[in-house]
Amino acid sequence: MADLEQFRTETRAWLEANCPPEMREPVRGEDDIYWGGRNATFKNDAQKAWLEACIAKGYTVPMWPKEYGGAGLSAPEAKVLREEMGKIGARPPLSSFGIWMLGPALLHFGTEGQKQRFLNEIARGEIRWCQGYSEPGSGSDLVSLQTFGEDKGDHWVVNGQKIWTSYADHADWIFCLVRTDKENKYGGITFMLFDMASEGVTTKPIKLISGSSPFCETFFDNVKVPKSYGDDVPAYVGTINRGWDVAKYLLGHEREMISGADGGERQAAIGAMMKRHAARLGDDLDPVLRAELANFDVDALAYAAMGEKFLDEIKVGKAHPAQPNMMKYAGTELNKRRHELMMAVGGSRSLEWESEATEGGKPSKSWLRTKANSIEGGTSEVMLNVIAKRILDLPGA
Amino acid sequence: MPLYHNEDQAMLADTARGFMAEEGNIAKQLRHWRDRNCKDGFGHALWKQMAEMGFTGMLVEEADGGLGMGHVEAGIVLEEIGRNLTPSPFLTSSVLAATALKHGSDDLKGRYLPGLIAGDSVFAVAIDETAKHRPSRIATRADKSGNGFRLNGAKTFVIHGGSADMVVVAARTSGGDEDADGITLFAVPKDVAGLSHDHVRLVDSSMATHMRLDGVELDGDAVIGEIDGGRAVLDAMLLAGRVGAAAEGVGVARGAMDMTVDYLKQRKQFGKLIGEFQALQHRASHLYSEVEIARAATIKAQQLLDGGSAHADLMASVAKAKVAKAARLAVQEGVQMHGGIGMTDEYDIGLYMKRDRALAEFLGDAHFHANRVAELSGY
Ligand SMILES: Cc1cc2nc3c(=O)[nH]c(=O)nc-3n(C[C@H](O)[C@H](O)[C@H](O)COP(=O)(O)OP(=O)(O)OC[C@H]3O[C@@H](n4cnc5c(N)ncnc54)[C@H](O)[C@@H]3O)c2cc1C
Ligand SMILES: Cc1cc2nc3c(=O)[nH]c(=O)nc-3n(C[C@H](O)[C@H](O)[C@H](O)COP(=O)(O)OP(=O)(O)OC[C@H]3O[C@@H](n4cnc5c(N)ncnc54)[C@H](O)[C@@H]3O)c2cc1C
Repeated sequence: MADLEQFRTETRAWLEANCPPEMREPVRGEDDIYWGGRNATFKNDAQKAWLEACIAKGYTVPMWPKEYGGAGLSAPEAKVLREEMGKIGARPPLSSFGIWMLGPALLHFGTEGQKQRFLNEIARGEIRWCQGYSEPGSGSDLVSLQTFGEDKGDHWVVNGQKIWTSYADHADWIFCLVRTDKENKYGGITFMLFDMASEGVTTKPIKLISGSSPFCETFFDNVKVPKSYGDDVPAYVGTINRGWDVAKYLLGHEREMISGADGGERQAAIGAMMKRHAARLGDDLDPVLRAELANFDVDALAYAAMGEKFLDEIKVGKAHPAQPNMMKYAGTELNKRRHELMMAVGGSRSLEWESEATEGGKPSKSWLRTKANSIEGGTSEVMLNVIAKRILDLPGA
Repeated sequence: MPLYHNEDQAMLADTARGFMAEEGNIAKQLRHWRDRNCKDGFGHALWKQMAEMGFTGMLVEEADGGLGMGHVEAGIVLEEIGRNLTPSPFLTSSVLAATALKHGSDDLKGRYLPGLIAGDSVFAVAIDETAKHRPSRIATRADKSGNGFRLNGAKTFVIHGGSADMVVVAARTSGGDEDADGITLFAVPKDVAGLSHDHVRLVDSSMATHMRLDGVELDGDAVIGEIDGGRAVLDAMLLAGRVGAAAEGVGVARGAMDMTVDYLKQRKQFGKLIGEFQALQHRASHLYSEVEIARAATIKAQQLLDGGSAHADLMASVAKAKVAKAARLAVQEGVQMHGGIGMTDEYDIGLYMKRDRALAEFLGDAHFHANRVAELSGY
């Protein structure tokens, strides 16, 4: 405990010295988020300085081992770091699917060679990854995927199409589920890693109802994927044809992330903020709206406690393995409600699609974006199916 | 503090669970006393057994002969009470009254705590004066009279009021009905002249009274805490009671949910187990999520209260409101998914619905506490 207090003091001092004031402002737009990658540019010097300081300290991935670019922090230490960063409103130095999704899968299933190479690259934000799971005919029923990799000895030739590949047009590499055995549904999928610059890979943006289009259709036309990138660096994670295990493991992390269980805005109470917002617009909260906000805050604060409990239990292996599905379900439904209420408080002001007052229609665009929360990473209905089957043990589920 | 039970607490949970399932179960307690039209609505023998288990005095300081445990521990016992619908004065006596007595004189503690710890005494609390929980409004008056006070007024919904050896009464010693200050708490003994009860059996078969105080004379040493400064003690008592009621509500919700999920696995219709129908699976999964979240909020509130945190009050209202919503869902889905049989007295699921209704009303319902969350958050 004393050690933890000392760590807190040191962390506070380090943050004070290394987190530039510009990086303590709330994220306002897409270019405030740094995603890394081969072609990434920094918005300003502060963003660059903050990233470099964190890389040097291992704070882009605090809990990863030091040899893979992390800081090797224990769970309680990582919590202290999160808390201290939260207190000064520090932005995450680096956002990346590599950190959230591929990294945990590699830590669990990767070879030493893969860890040395890929984890370090991810920690430093050198390579930007995208996730190639969904296909036009395989969304909720992911395991029915058809993209096929034909075995050519030392390489595969991959043909097929993915859809919804977030940021595929900005990504350097893809972690991709490819069928390598047509006879075996679950036992015929390989979890491949390859360069998006490979010949035969093309992407086409998909525009969302929120107006943004970081989502893509991704096409593979005779893409040659080698089986190895060097000594002990296979081009697939886990075992050939056993990629489903990796995919499922990784989905657990994805769901945890989307649920917002690890803190962040979506579980916080909003009533007080909405009252101030209404006052700025020269209005007051309608009594029925106030009541809805109060009921929302009850649910949000209770969910925040659940998030804390879930993370505490995960650390000591007490959480049910299917619990991330519950967190994902409840967290995303809550976030949709949150944005419905924010739209209601904003009234007609929040309808402005392009205006300075709304920073370019931020409220309505965020509201629309949240509708994907209960779809991406597995739909709410699929989460409920999993809870019924794996937690409640209901028959035939 | 991590939001799960430590080793000692997990052990206590095992013990409490086994004990309550064995001795406090629905057949042995709730149905037994209900079918006999018991005037107390609970069994004194079980109360005595709970004392032997060390439950009754768990929140009492060690210096006063208790176990000096916290609200996490009391919550563990309450959750099992809820799960088994065990009629018991634990919440009113061991949580509410015990919390008030913490602020009492040594003399008062000496008079009342040994009986509580031994399971010989039962206490009640008299706060509300209207049909809904309105602790900000205390009209019952206590006027100076000789060395003591004379109390006049009426209290409603005094749970176990008729069985209680002592009732903690909130009365006004100065100011107007809605004033925060000017409240004083009194330990009113059972047989004092001028105290009368109108006994009523509630929907969940528990017994409550509408209490009248007609010129009840009390010595000055019946005062708990400071004269005119009782609001602080009242608030502390309410806080403990709300967190406790939330824990009991979690037990009610979990009991109803477990019973329902079991039923889904047994009942066949259309040639299938009804648990195979996705329409029911999704509702069951949603229910599970709500109950788990309510439980997390409750444990959080317990821990904040034990840690003396300033946020305990807000979280207590979050927990009470969230549990009320989750438990309501659990009993409603419970009865519905049992189909016709769920409407029968023979099946226990309806008993959960009745208990939920009474428990949710006690110390403020979901609306009351959501409103409180708004007020405490500044809107
Ligand atoms: C913004 C966004 C970003 C995304 N990013 C990525 C990404 O980066 N990489 C990637 O691979 N994928 C990504 N996805 C894809 C996402 O994982 C899929 O959209 C999701 O799995 C749902 O599949 P679907 O869209 O095919 O819907 P469908 O599976 O067609 O579902 C349609 C509806 O039917 C319901 N349904 C389907 N099956 C069942 C069932 N058995 N029981 C009950 N209801 C059912 C669903 O819940 C849904 O409501 C993204 C999606 C979105 C919206
Ligand atoms: C007060 C009362 C009075 C009644 N009076 C009469 C009367 O006078 N005459 C008479 O003949 N009957 C009477 N009934 C019986 C009534 O019609 C049945 O209770 C009703 O049809 C439901 O059947 P069940 O109780 O067997 O429930 P079940 O069929 O066992 O249903 C249990 C649960 O499973 C659900 N369920 C069942 N099948 C499905 C499915 N395929 N998909 C999704 N969910 C499903 C149900 O909706 C329910 O929630 C009465 C019932 C009550 C409660």
